[in-house]
Amino acid sequence: MAEDGILNTVRLGTNPDRADLEPLKIGDVVYLSGVIYTGREGVYMRVVEDGAALPLDLPAVSAVNFHCSPAAAERAAGEYDVSAVTATASFRFSKWLGDWFDVSGAKLIIGKGGMSPEDYKQHFVPNDAVYLTTVGYGTGALLGRGVKRVKEVHWLEELGIAQAMWVLEVEAFGPFLVESDLQGNSLFERENERIAARLPEVYAGTKPAVLKRFGETDDRGDELI
Amino acid sequence: MIDIKTIHSTAITLMEKAAIDIPDDYLQAIRKTTEREKNELPRFVLKVMLDNYDAATEDRRAMCGDTGIPRWYVKMGNEARVQGGPIALEEALRQATADATDSIPLRPNRVHPLWRTDHNNNIGIQSPEIEYAYEPEGEWIDLITVHKGGLFGTDYRMLFPSDGIQGIKRFYLDSLVAFGKRGLSCQPAIIGIGLGGSKDACMVHGKRAACLRTVGDRNPDPKIAELEQELTEAGNSIGMGAMGFVGSSMVIDTHIEVGYCHTGGMQMSVHAFCLSSRRACARIFADGRVEYRTDPRWFTPYMRRETIGWPKTESLTQSG
Repeated sequence: MAEDGILNTVRLGTNPDRADLEPLKIGDVVYLSGVIYTGREGVYMRVVEDGAALPLDLPAVSAVNFHCSPAAAERAAGEYDVSAVTATASFRFSKWLGDWFDVSGAKLIIGKGGMSPEDYKQHFVPNDAVYLTTVGYGTGALLGRGVKRVKEVHWLEELGIAQAMWVLEVEAFGPFLVESDLQGNSLFERENERIAARLPEVYAGTKPAVLKRFGETDDRGDELI
Repeated sequence: MIDIKTIHSTAITLMEKAAIDIPDDYLQAIRKTTEREKNELPRFVLKVMLDNYDAATEDRRAMCGDTGIPRWYVKMGNEARVQGGPIALEEALRQATADATDSIPLRPNRVHPLWRTDHNNNIGIQSPEIEYAYEPEGEWIDLITVHKGGLFGTDYRMLFPSDGIQGIKRFYLDSLVAFGKRGLSCQPAIIGIGLGGSKDACMVHGKRAACLRTVGDRNPDPKIAELEQELTEAGNSIGMGAMGFVGSSMVIDTHIEVGYCHTGGMQMSVHAFCLSSRRACARIFADGRVEYRTDPRWFTPYMRRETIGWPKTESLTQSG
């Protein structure tokens, strides 16, 4: 990211190789064109825990896994209206991610809020994968504009609209921000550290609540995820 | 008598307005916040959000792909009668919720908590919630829908009188800092605070404070109004902005609602509405007129009455 206030913008395909991802720096703005698929707890449980076969050829079709459920409806048999799409918080999917990378060969994970530094070190860096965060949150209409067509939808009956695996053709789909690069650096972690440094001053004059709670921390640098 | 078909069709329109059109009070406040935000990353986030509101309205698409968990607030004037009675009213609101989920479309977010059953229409056991209130006069019904997110940004704590205002401030900061990291609470947001009641009532007061008051509205108690402003400033001084990036765009406004509580306690809840602050309202009159607005006008002197009667009847009693 440039320090003078202009964010660097990068356009990528949905089957990038290492050389495409190498120049990405945390805080860069990214737009994608190609094919992406949604996958979250429903898909992960089905594939990773139940051992279901993937319903499409990954990563050949796409190396981009979007943590998302679209606002979608079926208009006619096999015809879908995907109007708005927004990411869901990714940290909840940590336990399936290692196995998911093995099965899917994903190179880009798009979601909300990023994942933990441990997830980046253990799962992303060894798989040459980058995490992109959606912006806002909730640029559902802008992202909806970037969806050109529903290519396929899998497990709609079994998992419902929110958890089904939607395969979407996208064009100039974004914006996203690079949250974690190939080295596992994290934009959120960097910002958290800068903010944490000032927090004692912000809390000056307050004292801990009279009634404590189990597991309570006074370390404001701690995170909930 | 208020026509049940008008209730159904108005409810569908409200679902669309809530999901697609950012309320004007919130939009103006986001514009001002964007101007004030000095840091490039949160500024970029806010500018993209402003583009997103435009795109939603132009394309008639939902602002956010997570279209929240639709809920209804219903208020009736004392003389209002609904065709078919309250049962027909509830059925019409449930039907409208399902119809709008398909027609807009919304994401069918509502599932069974254990079996994850999804009817693909945002209808299920105890959902959508429908809450009621009344006003002393009038032959009208107000329908208000709120599509709030459902996962982050809300917390409750049992505080005590000895915790004092500083205790309130600390728990407020705790909630903002904890859920603000990585932008989990989708800030900058309208923050609602519930004080008092009991645990469940405190959550209700706080959520209504966040969702049913507009930006700039102040509590009629001047000291509470002052605290609302002080907390907003404190929130914007944390050093955190949109998406948890270094910045100042954290709180759009703070609204506090109180309820009398146990003499030993001072319950507190904090609720962050989101960057899309989805609410829409309409008043339906017995003659069939429908007036749309974005201000719920939920908290009236009657709603906040402190004695057995409300101000009008109270004055009558006192004169005797």
